[in-house]
Amino acid sequence: MAALAPAAAAVFAALGDPTRLHLVSQLCRDGPQSIARLTDGTDVSRQAVTKHLEALADAGLVRSARDGRERIWTLQTKRLGDARRYLDDISARWDEAIDRLRQFVERDRGD
Amino acid sequence: MSEIPDRLVKTVTLRAPRERVWRAISDSRQFGAWFGCDLPGPFTAGAHIVGTIAPTQVDPEVATMQEPHRGKPFEITIERVEPMTRLSFRWHPFAIEPGHDYASEPTTLVELVLADADGGAATELTITESGFAGIPLARRAAAFTANAGGWAHQCRLVQRYVER
Repeated sequence: MAALAPAAAAVFAALGDPTRLHLVSQLCRDGPQSIARLTDGTDVSRQAVTKHLEALADAGLVRSARDGRERIWTLQTKRLGDARRYLDDISARWDEAIDRLRQFVERDRGD
Repeated sequence: MSEIPDRLVKTVTLRAPRERVWRAISDSRQFGAWFGCDLPGPFTAGAHIVGTIAPTQVDPEVATMQEPHRGKPFEITIERVEPMTRLSFRWHPFAIEPGHDYASEPTTLVELVLADADGGAATELTITESGFAGIPLARRAAAFTANAGGWAHQCRLVQRYVER
Protein backbone atom coordinates (compact mmCIF):
# COMPACT_ATOMS: atom_id res chain seq x y z
CA MET A 1 0.00 0.00 0.00
CA ALA A 2 2.70 2.47 0.98
CA ALA A 3 4.28 2.03 -2.45
CA LEU A 4 1.19 3.61 -3.94
CA ALA A 5 1.69 6.84 -2.01
CA PRO A 6 3.94 8.73 -4.47
CA ALA A 7 1.59 7.98 -7.37
CA ALA A 8 -1.42 8.99 -5.28
CA ALA A 9 0.38 12.16 -4.20
CA ALA A 10 0.98 13.12 -7.85
CA VAL A 11 -2.70 12.61 -8.63
CA PHE A 12 -3.79 14.69 -5.68
CA ALA A 13 -1.31 17.45 -6.46
CA ALA A 14 -2.58 17.55 -10.04
CA LEU A 15 -6.18 17.71 -8.90
CA GLY A 16 -5.51 20.24 -6.16
CA ASP A 17 -6.36 23.15 -8.43
CA PRO A 18 -9.92 24.24 -9.17
CA THR A 19 -9.31 24.72 -12.90
CA ARG A 20 -7.75 21.30 -13.30
CA LEU A 21 -10.48 19.68 -11.25
CA HIS A 22 -13.02 21.40 -13.46
CA LEU A 23 -11.27 20.14 -16.62
CA VAL A 24 -11.31 16.60 -15.26
CA SER A 25 -15.00 16.70 -14.42
CA GLN A 26 -15.73 18.20 -17.85
CA LEU A 27 -13.88 15.31 -19.52
CA CYS A 28 -15.72 12.92 -17.20
CA ARG A 29 -19.07 14.34 -18.14
CA ASP A 30 -18.70 15.04 -21.85
CA GLY A 31 -16.01 12.60 -22.94
CA PRO A 32 -12.92 13.29 -25.11
CA GLN A 33 -12.74 16.81 -26.52
CA SER A 34 -10.51 19.48 -28.03
CA ILE A 35 -8.85 22.42 -26.29
CA ALA A 36 -11.29 24.72 -28.07
CA ARG A 37 -14.28 22.98 -26.50
CA LEU A 38 -12.61 22.74 -23.12
CA THR A 39 -11.88 26.46 -23.19
CA ASP A 40 -15.39 27.34 -24.35
CA GLY A 41 -17.42 29.09 -21.70
CA THR A 42 -14.50 29.61 -19.31
CA ASP A 43 -12.55 32.76 -18.67
CA VAL A 44 -9.29 30.84 -18.79
CA SER A 45 -7.07 31.30 -21.85
CA ARG A 46 -6.30 28.49 -24.27
CA GLN A 47 -2.64 28.61 -23.26
CA ALA A 48 -3.53 28.29 -19.59
CA VAL A 49 -5.86 25.38 -20.28
CA THR A 50 -3.10 23.67 -22.29
CA LYS A 51 -0.70 24.09 -19.37
CA HIS A 52 -3.23 22.62 -16.96
CA LEU A 53 -3.90 19.67 -19.27
CA GLU A 54 -0.18 19.02 -19.53
CA ALA A 55 0.08 18.98 -15.74
CA LEU A 56 -2.78 16.47 -15.64
CA ALA A 57 -1.04 14.41 -18.35
CA ASP A 58 2.17 14.36 -16.27
CA ALA A 59 0.18 12.79 -13.44
CA GLY A 60 -1.23 10.26 -15.89
CA LEU A 61 -4.78 11.54 -15.55
CA VAL A 62 -5.35 12.54 -19.18
CA ARG A 63 -3.72 11.88 -22.53
CA SER A 64 -4.02 13.56 -25.88
CA ALA A 65 -4.06 12.34 -29.47
CA ARG A 66 -3.85 14.32 -32.68
CA ASP A 67 -6.91 14.51 -34.83
CA GLY A 68 -6.02 16.53 -37.89
CA ARG A 69 -4.98 19.95 -36.63
CA GLU A 70 -6.49 19.47 -33.21
CA ARG A 71 -5.36 17.63 -30.14
CA ILE A 72 -8.17 15.66 -28.49
CA TRP A 73 -7.90 15.17 -24.74
CA THR A 74 -9.16 12.03 -23.07
CA LEU A 75 -9.54 11.15 -19.44
CA GLN A 76 -7.57 8.14 -18.21
CA THR A 77 -10.38 6.73 -16.15
CA LYS A 78 -8.32 3.74 -15.16
CA ARG A 79 -5.97 6.07 -13.39
CA LEU A 80 -8.77 7.89 -11.66
CA GLY A 81 -10.11 4.78 -10.14
CA ASP A 82 -11.98 1.95 -11.73
CA ALA A 83 -15.36 0.52 -10.87
CA ARG A 84 -13.91 -1.18 -7.85
CA ARG A 85 -12.83 2.08 -6.30
CA TYR A 86 -16.26 3.56 -6.82
CA LEU A 87 -17.81 0.62 -5.02
CA ASP A 88 -15.19 0.89 -2.27
CA ASP A 89 -16.31 4.45 -1.77
CA ILE A 90 -20.01 3.55 -1.60
CA SER A 91 -19.12 0.69 0.69
CA ALA A 92 -17.20 3.02 3.03
CA ARG A 93 -20.21 5.33 3.18
CA TRP A 94 -22.47 2.45 4.13
CA ASP A 95 -20.01 1.56 6.88
CA GLU A 96 -20.26 5.11 8.17
CA ALA A 97 -24.06 5.06 7.93
CA ILE A 98 -24.18 1.73 9.79
CA ASP A 99 -22.01 3.22 12.54
CA ARG A 100 -24.56 5.99 12.95
CA LEU A 101 -27.47 3.54 12.94
CA ARG A 102 -25.66 1.52 15.60
CA GLN A 103 -25.28 4.60 17.78
CA PHE A 104 -28.92 5.45 17.18
CA VAL A 105 -30.41 2.08 18.13
CA GLU A 106 -27.91 0.97 20.76
CA ARG A 107 -27.44 4.16 22.75
CA ASP A 108 -30.36 6.49 22.18
CA ARG A 109 -33.69 5.03 22.88
CA GLY A 110 -34.78 7.91 20.64
CA ASP A 111 -38.49 7.81 19.95
CA MET B 1 -11.22 -2.04 -17.05
CA SER B 2 -11.80 -4.54 -14.29
CA GLU B 3 -15.08 -6.35 -14.23
CA ILE B 4 -17.79 -4.30 -12.60
CA PRO B 5 -19.26 -5.89 -9.49
CA ASP B 6 -23.00 -5.29 -9.58
CA ARG B 7 -23.74 -5.41 -5.88
CA LEU B 8 -22.38 -4.92 -2.42
CA VAL B 9 -23.61 -6.67 0.69
CA LYS B 10 -23.08 -5.72 4.34
CA THR B 11 -24.20 -7.78 7.30
CA VAL B 12 -23.95 -6.41 10.82
CA THR B 13 -25.32 -7.34 14.23
CA LEU B 14 -26.87 -4.51 16.21
CA ARG B 15 -27.28 -4.82 19.97
CA ALA B 16 -30.90 -3.75 19.94
CA PRO B 17 -34.21 -5.58 19.61
CA ARG B 18 -35.61 -6.05 16.13
CA GLU B 19 -38.59 -3.82 16.76
CA ARG B 20 -36.24 -0.96 17.70
CA VAL B 21 -34.15 -1.43 14.54
CA TRP B 22 -37.27 -1.71 12.39
CA ARG B 23 -38.50 1.66 13.63
CA ALA B 24 -35.07 3.20 13.03
CA ILE B 25 -35.08 2.14 9.36
CA SER B 26 -38.79 2.34 8.48
CA ASP B 27 -39.88 5.56 10.19
CA SER B 28 -38.80 8.34 7.84
CA ARG B 29 -38.08 10.70 10.73
CA GLN B 30 -35.92 8.19 12.59
CA PHE B 31 -34.18 7.13 9.38
CA GLY B 32 -33.31 10.77 8.74
CA ALA B 33 -31.96 11.23 12.26
CA TRP B 34 -29.17 8.69 11.87
CA PHE B 35 -28.67 8.70 8.11
CA GLY B 36 -28.46 12.47 7.83
CA CYS B 37 -31.44 13.58 5.81
CA ASP B 38 -34.85 15.13 6.17
CA LEU B 39 -37.48 13.07 4.37
CA PRO B 40 -41.10 14.20 4.57
CA GLY B 41 -43.84 11.63 4.65
CA PRO B 42 -44.03 7.98 5.59
CA PHE B 43 -42.20 5.12 3.89
CA THR B 44 -44.96 3.34 2.03
CA ALA B 45 -44.55 1.07 -0.98
CA GLY B 46 -44.32 3.09 -4.19
CA ALA B 47 -43.84 6.44 -2.46
CA HIS B 48 -41.41 8.80 -4.19
CA ILE B 49 -40.02 10.96 -1.41
CA VAL B 50 -38.20 14.18 -2.11
CA GLY B 51 -36.25 15.47 0.86
CA THR B 52 -32.98 17.16 1.65
CA ILE B 53 -29.64 16.34 3.23
CA ALA B 54 -29.69 17.30 6.93
CA PRO B 55 -26.75 16.56 9.23
CA THR B 56 -27.05 13.42 11.34
CA GLN B 57 -28.24 13.82 14.92
CA VAL B 58 -26.17 11.00 16.36
CA ASP B 59 -22.56 11.95 15.69
CA PRO B 60 -21.41 15.58 16.02
CA GLU B 61 -18.19 14.94 14.09
CA VAL B 62 -20.02 13.42 11.13
CA ALA B 63 -22.66 16.13 11.37
CA THR B 64 -19.94 18.75 10.87
CA MET B 65 -18.78 16.92 7.73
CA GLN B 66 -22.34 16.75 6.40
CA GLU B 67 -23.09 20.38 7.20
CA PRO B 68 -21.86 21.77 3.83
CA HIS B 69 -24.37 19.48 2.10
CA ARG B 70 -27.34 20.61 4.17
CA GLY B 71 -30.38 21.38 2.03
CA LYS B 72 -29.15 19.51 -1.03
CA PRO B 73 -31.86 17.40 -2.62
CA PHE B 74 -32.15 13.80 -1.49
CA GLU B 75 -34.69 11.52 -3.15
CA ILE B 76 -35.69 7.93 -2.68
CA THR B 77 -38.48 5.75 -4.05
CA ILE B 78 -39.76 3.13 -1.65
CA GLU B 79 -40.23 -0.29 -3.24
CA ARG B 80 -41.24 -2.72 -0.53
CA VAL B 81 -42.23 -2.43 3.11
CA GLU B 82 -42.60 -5.75 4.94
CA PRO B 83 -42.99 -4.87 8.63
CA MET B 84 -40.19 -6.07 10.90
CA THR B 85 -38.48 -7.81 7.99
CA ARG B 86 -37.67 -5.82 4.89
CA LEU B 87 -37.49 -2.28 3.57
CA SER B 88 -36.27 -1.60 0.06
CA PHE B 89 -35.86 1.60 -1.91
CA ARG B 90 -34.25 2.96 -5.06
CA TRP B 91 -31.95 5.95 -5.17
CA HIS B 92 -28.96 7.48 -6.87
CA PRO B 93 -26.18 6.24 -4.59
CA PHE B 94 -24.92 9.07 -2.40
CA ALA B 95 -25.73 11.54 -5.15
CA ILE B 96 -24.60 14.92 -3.89
CA GLU B 97 -22.51 16.41 -6.66
CA PRO B 98 -23.66 20.03 -6.92
CA GLY B 99 -25.37 21.06 -10.11
CA HIS B 100 -25.47 17.56 -11.53
CA ASP B 101 -28.78 16.25 -12.81
CA TYR B 102 -28.99 12.60 -11.82
CA ALA B 103 -32.50 12.11 -13.15
CA SER B 104 -31.39 10.44 -16.38
CA GLU B 105 -29.02 8.01 -14.65
CA PRO B 106 -30.06 4.56 -13.50
CA THR B 107 -30.84 4.05 -9.83
CA THR B 108 -29.56 1.33 -7.53
CA LEU B 109 -31.78 -0.82 -5.33
CA VAL B 110 -31.10 -0.81 -1.59
CA GLU B 111 -32.58 -3.58 0.54
CA LEU B 112 -32.47 -3.63 4.33
CA VAL B 113 -33.40 -7.02 5.77
CA LEU B 114 -33.76 -7.81 9.48
CA ALA B 115 -33.47 -11.09 11.37
CA ASP B 116 -33.32 -12.01 15.05
CA ALA B 117 -29.88 -12.61 16.50
CA ASP B 118 -28.76 -13.81 19.90
CA GLY B 119 -32.20 -15.15 20.81
CA GLY B 120 -33.90 -11.84 20.08
CA ALA B 121 -31.56 -9.70 22.18
CA ALA B 122 -29.87 -8.45 19.03
CA THR B 123 -30.75 -7.91 15.39
CA GLU B 124 -28.94 -8.92 12.26
CA LEU B 125 -29.16 -6.30 9.53
CA THR B 126 -28.21 -7.13 5.96
CA ILE B 127 -27.88 -4.26 3.52
CA THR B 128 -27.70 -5.14 -0.16
CA GLU B 129 -27.23 -2.48 -2.81
CA SER B 130 -27.41 -3.67 -6.41
CA GLY B 131 -27.49 -2.24 -9.91
CA PHE B 132 -24.02 -0.70 -10.05
CA ALA B 133 -23.29 -2.24 -13.44
CA GLY B 134 -25.77 0.23 -14.94
CA ILE B 135 -24.07 3.31 -13.53
CA PRO B 136 -22.20 5.20 -16.27
CA LEU B 137 -18.44 5.15 -16.20
CA ALA B 138 -18.33 8.93 -16.00
CA ARG B 139 -20.33 8.81 -12.79
CA ARG B 140 -17.97 6.30 -11.30
CA ALA B 141 -14.95 8.38 -12.19
CA ALA B 142 -16.64 11.58 -11.05
CA ALA B 143 -17.31 10.06 -7.66
CA PHE B 144 -13.57 9.99 -7.23
CA THR B 145 -12.87 13.48 -8.48
CA ALA B 146 -15.69 15.93 -8.38
CA ASN B 147 -17.99 15.16 -5.52
CA ALA B 148 -17.35 15.87 -1.92
CA GLY B 149 -17.89 12.41 -0.55
CA GLY B 150 -15.65 10.35 -2.79
CA TRP B 151 -13.12 13.11 -2.68
CA ALA B 152 -13.21 13.39 1.10
CA HIS B 153 -12.90 9.65 1.43
CA GLN B 154 -9.90 9.50 -0.87
CA CYS B 155 -8.34 12.44 0.95
CA ARG B 156 -8.62 10.56 4.20
CA LEU B 157 -6.89 7.58 2.62
CA VAL B 158 -4.06 9.72 1.35
CA GLN B 159 -3.80 11.45 4.71
CA ARG B 160 -3.33 8.06 6.28
CA TYR B 161 -0.48 7.33 3.87
CA VAL B 162 1.34 10.56 4.53
CA GLU B 163 0.87 10.68 8.28
CA ARG B 164 2.42 7.28 8.83
